[in-house]
Amino acid sequence: MIHATKIRVVLPAHLKTLAHVTGEVTLEISGEATQRAVLDALEARYPVLCGTVRDHVTKQRRPFVRFFACEQDLSHELPDSRLPEAVVLGTEPFLVVGAIAGG
Amino acid sequence: MSGVRVLVGTRKGAFILESDGKRKNWKVNGPLFAGWEIYHLKGSPADPNRIYCSQSSGWFGQVVERSNDGGKTWETIGNKFSYDGVPGTHQWYDGTPHPWEFKRVWHIEPSLTDPDKAFAGVEDAALFYTSDGGQNWQELSGLRTHTTGSQWQPGAGGLCLHTIILDPSDPNRIYIAISAAGAFRTDDGGKTWKPINQGLVSEFIPDPKAEIGHCVHHVAMSPSRPGVLYMQKHWDVMRSDNAGDLWREVSGNLPTDFGFVIDVHAHEPETIYVVPIKSDSEHFPLEGKLRVYRSRTGGNEWEPLTNGLPQSDCYVNVLRDAMAVDSLDKCGIYFGTTGGQVYASADAGDTWAPIVRDLPAVLSVEVQTLP
Repeated sequence: MIHATKIRVVLPAHLKTLAHVTGEVTLEISGEATQRAVLDALEARYPVLCGTVRDHVTKQRRPFVRFFACEQDLSHELPDSRLPEAVVLGTEPFLVVGAIAGG
Repeated sequence: MSGVRVLVGTRKGAFILESDGKRKNWKVNGPLFAGWEIYHLKGSPADPNRIYCSQSSGWFGQVVERSNDGGKTWETIGNKFSYDGVPGTHQWYDGTPHPWEFKRVWHIEPSLTDPDKAFAGVEDAALFYTSDGGQNWQELSGLRTHTTGSQWQPGAGGLCLHTIILDPSDPNRIYIAISAAGAFRTDDGGKTWKPINQGLVSEFIPDPKAEIGHCVHHVAMSPSRPGVLYMQKHWDVMRSDNAGDLWREVSGNLPTDFGFVIDVHAHEPETIYVVPIKSDSEHFPLEGKLRVYRSRTGGNEWEPLTNGLPQSDCYVNVLRDAMAVDSLDKCGIYFGTTGGQVYASADAGDTWAPIVRDLPAVLSVEVQTLP
């Protein structure tokens, strides 16, 4: 039996509006809890977010989108690296953040 | 009673301005999609309740929205614009090869006959098409893969396909324009394309009369007379009487022939409008006076229209997609400025009044004439 992990995700305001959600979203991940798995689950639940966090085709993070968790910048971690334990355990959220850049 | 709906795209959201046929009292709805750049929104000629909207952001990329009720409610539709095959390269500003990269949708042109069909002009320059109401977009790659495509070079605003004109007399004929590749035409529904830049002279490129490389700012056509085209180029106002096969300059007595917008009166195909702008780098009206120029002779002879427009200390720009006309009698003319004003004339340009004064910078203006 595959254990499902629940990951708390905080989206930036514009993406909450697009996805019609308020507050955090909780995503169930089967298998290894990685950035890629979280983003796959996010896009599967909210298809309108496809292309807004990462490129449709290359799956690369958009340049002005950042990933934070546990007071760390995870933006440059490999997509298949395991997320911090506190995120996997659900005590800390995974933050999708619009970088501070311009007006 | 008939009315008009003015669709305004700005740097920070969309606005919908509505009035009855008198066009004096306006209801302002917005901002919609607040905080997003709205390069363009346009209604379907076949169903005025169907509106497409290009919404983009430096952070979150491209989103496309669709309304089926005249802008009251919206749904997010397909935003995947993938170039066909291996995209290859165009030229970068310094002349080196640069990979084709999708950045945003500049212009959406709904089909004249089917609200589920529409074309999208994008940066880096390519034309996309949907036949399912925008859920899926396919590239009409015959344009980008034209033999000249690898030589196309961006203008200051990027390598953008900003103008799409559908010929009402021939569903297979489409005109497009790209900064700074020039104008192109297809006569087979988008399979093959022909550069239509003969007669253009651009001193800022090595061969001023080259087949491509001209910085076309906007092209307009009267639906009542397909085949007669008017163009505002980086410099020069041009006219073609043979579907773009040959252009001639009609700048005439304009105080400067630089500008971005150009449009045609809805009922008088020889009456055209431009807004002269000082350049090369200032990009504001001459002498701080915002003046629309009208020609009733298809060019060459121009008159300034100033009644109701600021005639001192005005230093705004009017961008390429920010002028439109309604089809009421008398024809209404509308334009938006980078200072956030949207001006309207209900008498073909004789007098003007602002509908709104303080929007974010206006990127585009379109008008729907409602039954």
